[in-house]
Amino acid sequence: MSVSGELIAFFGVALVAILGGVLLITLTKVVHMVIALVFTFLSIAGIYLLLSAEFVAIVQILIYSGAITIVMLFGIMLTKHRENDEPSKGGWRKFSLLLAIAGFAVAVYLGIYDLDIPVQPTALHEENTKQIGIELFSKYVIPFEVMSVLLLVALVGAIVLAKKDNEEGDRS
Amino acid sequence: MTGVPLSAYLVLALVLFCIGLYGALTKRNAVIVLISIELMLNAANINLVAFSKFGVTPSITGQVFSLFTITIAAAEAAVGLAILMSLYRNRKTVNVDEMDIMKH
Repeated sequence: MSVSGELIAFFGVALVAILGGVLLITLTKVVHMVIALVFTFLSIAGIYLLLSAEFVAIVQILIYSGAITIVMLFGIMLTKHRENDEPSKGGWRKFSLLLAIAGFAVAVYLGIYDLDIPVQPTALHEENTKQIGIELFSKYVIPFEVMSVLLLVALVGAIVLAKKDNEEGDRS
Repeated sequence: MTGVPLSAYLVLALVLFCIGLYGALTKRNAVIVLISIELMLNAANINLVAFSKFGVTPSITGQVFSLFTITIAAAEAAVGLAILMSLYRNRKTVNVDEMDIMKH
């Protein structure tokens, strides 16, 4: 099997993604963990590019590495945390958890490692955004509208939850 | 044709999902727990996009659904963080081990 450029790109991007995840687990400072995860999010955008999903890749960069990371950093800075997230005391509990997750991983891996679906030529890369737009506004227009209602509900709910309720007694 | 096979993408998603699961179950800072859940949602998204290209019937639908998932995840992060803020105002802690008011 000759090594193609796609393969090299995939392995580079996948390595950065897994490295970011491992750093999330091993780093001790909370802010550093979030910064490590930015690398994972960016390389997942690279994976989407390899899968000829340009629009999803751009959305991934905007929403995850932009918005959600900043929101999480604000969440860390607005709450007084111990700068170092000290590890939990139960080493035994951690070990059994690791064992359970490894078992889960092996079980899923046995199911997927020889999954072989014949590759069919696709036209996903041609005018990707246009295809998504046509599909979104014809076939999936109801879920799309429901999604906008859900975003409104989440917006109002987040404001109500996070606002200071010092006039609690006034409300009857 | 020596492209990247489908199972490579699935294994990458599996590894990221397991890292997110481990982080969500062991970390004590609630913000890190939230962000680990985001990592798990991202792993599921990789599967959606991979099957939209390499699945039995390749179509754009997988990408559309991954966009829906990203929207839900963003809303979930915002609401989760708002709950965390109000909890922090009342209990002065973001440590998940101390969030046990409903347990006793």
